[in-house]
Amino acid sequence: MKCQYCDKPATFHITELTEPDGPQVLHLCEQHARNVLQKGEPTPVSSVAGALAKQLQLGQTKEELRKLDQKECPVCGITFFEFRNSGRLGCPLDYDFFEADLKPLLLNIHDSLEHTGKRPTRAAATADSQADLIRLRKEMEAAVDREEYERASELRDQINAIQGEPKRRGNAI
Amino acid sequence: MKEATDLSVLVQKSGEWLRGTGPESDIVISSRIRLARNLAGFPFIRKCSPEDREKIERQVRSRLENLPEWDEIPYVDIATLSEVDRQFLVERQLISREIADSEGSRAVAIDPSEQYSVMINEEDHLRIQVMHSGLDLLSAWEQIDRIDDAIEGEVLYAFHSKFGYLTACPTNVGTGLRVSVMLHLPGLVITQQIEKVFRSMQRINVTVRGLYGEGSQYTGDFYQVSNQVTLGHTEQELLEMVGQEVVPRIIDYERKAREFLIDKGQQDLHDDVSRALGILSTARKISSEETMHYLSKVRMGVNLGLIDDVQLATINKLFIHTQPAHLQKLHGRVLTTSDRNVQRASYLQRHLCGPADRTDELN
Repeated sequence: MKCQYCDKPATFHITELTEPDGPQVLHLCEQHARNVLQKGEPTPVSSVAGALAKQLQLGQTKEELRKLDQKECPVCGITFFEFRNSGRLGCPLDYDFFEADLKPLLLNIHDSLEHTGKRPTRAAATADSQADLIRLRKEMEAAVDREEYERASELRDQINAIQGEPKRRGNAI
Repeated sequence: MKEATDLSVLVQKSGEWLRGTGPESDIVISSRIRLARNLAGFPFIRKCSPEDREKIERQVRSRLENLPEWDEIPYVDIATLSEVDRQFLVERQLISREIADSEGSRAVAIDPSEQYSVMINEEDHLRIQVMHSGLDLLSAWEQIDRIDDAIEGEVLYAFHSKFGYLTACPTNVGTGLRVSVMLHLPGLVITQQIEKVFRSMQRINVTVRGLYGEGSQYTGDFYQVSNQVTLGHTEQELLEMVGQEVVPRIIDYERKAREFLIDKGQQDLHDDVSRALGILSTARKISSEETMHYLSKVRMGVNLGLIDDVQLATINKLFIHTQPAHLQKLHGRVLTTSDRNVQRASYLQRHLCGPADRTDELN
């Protein structure tokens, strides 16, 4: 038997048990088997893509999908199209910016929209302040590039004010 | 923390999680928990510039250095490692394949006992993992929770009041928690019950995968069970789902399969595991796949009392130490596949031949 991906003999026969439609058998050469097995956890891309495909089948017209794909986060610049293809978001603000678009996906993956677990003991930065931090960092880099060091140091102070000082605790690990 | 450029110290020993002790260690190899965390105020890795990655790495490193307990923790700059060294850390399960293969600034802090490691600039800015021997999720959670608290005292995490800890991939959002239990299930494989068992698991939000590495899941008979969802359940609920609902059921099925095999024909089973040990102890060259296949049988033989002069810890370690990068590190140079097969056989012989050697610690 030949490998499913090339002409080498298939010496590895792997049953993938994580597929939603039931077990899937793969017949692979050593190299391709290694690639498949070294992926570690099931690829989030495939689970995100699967969940998105289901979501997009439900009622979205081509025109709506085209518009959604062009939607672009003002902070990190990721488009929904880019996210759909990579399965990865670009920055923390995306969870707010794409919230309505992500909700069906989150429901599909987790069957929930509400975190009920651990929370950081430090007050978390708000979505706005997190977006500000990213913007300020970009501005600071630009100021350094332009050799405007006074402006850069003002921006650094603003960043530090948002971030706050780290807590000092004697946590035993 | 101290910069570690030479990984040979790690080569000479084995991680705590391989010691073959802890609850249910005849079937459960290890309990691993990982937390995905990101820093507030930086894009996720996909949108990070090389400078952003460097800043994150520097910031996390300097903040971790504030923790007095981290003084003796080796810190490894992955970007400067050779391919063999990176592969070695992957085989050792201290870093992921993803961080090994990616580019740019990235690092890992490794606890000397190898119970925990903290990856910087993996898919998320921080991936904290704790690994214990046997089924030991509760103490693994207590340990990772303390590490997470300590790091959180130093850096500001990206956290959302509704969605919890924000992660690059929505499959990890919420708790950012992945609980993974590595099981050795040769009985279910031999009796061809494994697919049936796992098909029933799919309905309860767990994921099952074979062991990474050169072998396939058929040869090593290792399966990793993990939680699928991360949002909407507390960490304790996720731990209970994997550690109290799912894994004990699989353990029970595996025990029944082993009992069935013994009842059906103890002589056949004894013959099978003894032959496996014979091949491992006498082969002059042996592939990784064959090694995994026979080590799996020997491991079951040890657990069923059919082989009594080999320790479980020895077998557990041989699974890891006979992998390609480990052999090359032990040998001190790059080896071809054919050379590795010879070195692997010789290594197995050294650790399995002669009653005195069989109980030795590997080094």
